[in-house]
Amino acid sequence: MQTQLNTVTPLSSSSETFLLRLYVAGQTPKCVRAFENLKRICEEYLAGNYHIEMVDLLQNPQLARGDQILAVPTLVRRLPEPIKKIIGDLSNTERVLVGLDLRPARRLNT
Amino acid sequence: MDEITNGGLPLGRPTLVCGGAGSGKTLLAASFLINGIVEFGEPGVLVTFEETAEELASDLASLGYDLGKLIEAGKLVVDYVRVERAEIEETGEYDLEGLFVRLEHAISSIGAKRIVLDTIESLFAGLSNPGILRAELRRLFRWLKDKGLTAVLTGERGEAALTRQGLEEYVSDAVILLDHRVRDQVSTRRLRIVKYRGSHHGTNEYPFLIDRDGLSVLPVTSLGLSHPALKDRVSTGVAQLDEMLSGRGYYRGSTVLLSGTAGTGKTSLAAHFVDAACRRGERCLYFLFEESPQQLVRNMRSIGIDLQQWVDRGLLQFLADRPSRFGLETHLAGMQRAVRTFKPSVTVADPVTNLLTVGTQSDVRSMLTRVIDYLKLEAITGLFTSLTPGTREFEETDAGISSLMDTWIVLTVAEQNRTRRRRLSVLKSRGMAHSQSVREYMLTDQGLQVLDEEPATRGGGKAAARV
Repeated sequence: MQTQLNTVTPLSSSSETFLLRLYVAGQTPKCVRAFENLKRICEEYLAGNYHIEMVDLLQNPQLARGDQILAVPTLVRRLPEPIKKIIGDLSNTERVLVGLDLRPARRLNT
Repeated sequence: MDEITNGGLPLGRPTLVCGGAGSGKTLLAASFLINGIVEFGEPGVLVTFEETAEELASDLASLGYDLGKLIEAGKLVVDYVRVERAEIEETGEYDLEGLFVRLEHAISSIGAKRIVLDTIESLFAGLSNPGILRAELRRLFRWLKDKGLTAVLTGERGEAALTRQGLEEYVSDAVILLDHRVRDQVSTRRLRIVKYRGSHHGTNEYPFLIDRDGLSVLPVTSLGLSHPALKDRVSTGVAQLDEMLSGRGYYRGSTVLLSGTAGTGKTSLAAHFVDAACRRGERCLYFLFEESPQQLVRNMRSIGIDLQQWVDRGLLQFLADRPSRFGLETHLAGMQRAVRTFKPSVTVADPVTNLLTVGTQSDVRSMLTRVIDYLKLEAITGLFTSLTPGTREFEETDAGISSLMDTWIVLTVAEQNRTRRRRLSVLKSRGMAHSQSVREYMLTDQGLQVLDEEPATRGGGKAAARV
């Protein structure tokens, strides 16, 4: 039921805002890298259509339970539904796009 | 359980519990936590990867554990960690710091001393990078140790290794293997300590049980042979028989085997013994494997023994079960539990030979050994009756169990001059000068009466004819 996009242009067919939450644990290189990668991907594919929320689990450990966070960093797409999770430093843009449903999985070549 | 590990699980270290599906891993782990809370006041964290907190609570409730109350009291935290591969996309490097944070949070919120991870292997199903997982698990176990937590991890039994993901390679302190097998339609659960660093542990397989009281382990041999030998005597309930046993009856805390063919009066003799004990105000536990208590009470009334009065006064308790109802292990545990709660000074098992219908001779023997060891340790006098098939030599059939017994009394019945004559003899009785003669006895409405010694020891027809 998901829209199959053949181009890599910003998602204009949906007016829904992407509500993204990035879980990190302190300022580790992995977490910093994940944030930078996320920022770049969002700017490129979701310009003006997204909102990123950072959660540092070291400060708010109780939040890990709610979203079932195990791995760090974890990116959770809270909106649009359904909830999606991407773990890792988001260094593979293709996979991130697949994870966010911005790109059909079958075109993945990694 | 503590007995076989020689003092319990290693403090401040992880223990791995592995076994197939339904072998009771979760239960063992949970009872470790709950015991810690209830008995030692050590709060615990239960991290479950497979069942939700609600499912787990209801599973354990059916076994007599009330998780809700412990959680409310702030003694227990149940954290359900769900890993769903389909929902997760992986890209680039990550670690399991999130899990650590959750554990840390749960542990520090109640000051936990114990933790259970059930089943941590689920992570392997949910995350696709085994390299990272293994490194993180190693870090996790290190971390648990550093925190001084006593941990129990469970793992599904694998094909070649103890666990599917080779968890045992990380947890090197103690490994317990659970097993569930069915033989002759009777299922037995067993437990074995595979490894326990720095502890002298039993290497046998120990049967264990899961029932309404939770989980209990039955040590097979850990009791050893160090029970005290008491010098006290207890009456057999039949004066003449006491006489045959150097005048004073059985030793207290010894074991007695009464064997004989059908209708020789084994149960009657046992009833005399019970009656005498109750008269002294001692408590008796009577295990029936053939008759119902009502039937026994009625039958004994016919020989002038009123057992009902002792039941009414709470001195006598009957436990009747068909041997085939459970496996031997369950019987054993049931007997031990009954002995523990009723605290009798005398027990009777009538007839133990019926247990042969649920186990092989060697199984029954090993079970009886355990019962006897247990009774001896508690200084309880145990009387066992054994039914000898009419066709075979009794000394051969009972050979298996008679060596475990201190006193062996054989009852026979033989036809002579068109009447059936009953005779008894003391085949052995350790530690006393017992009578060597074969004495005739009768079952009368005044009870079992041993007749005066016959002139000819081999009981010729002429001598008996005078009676």
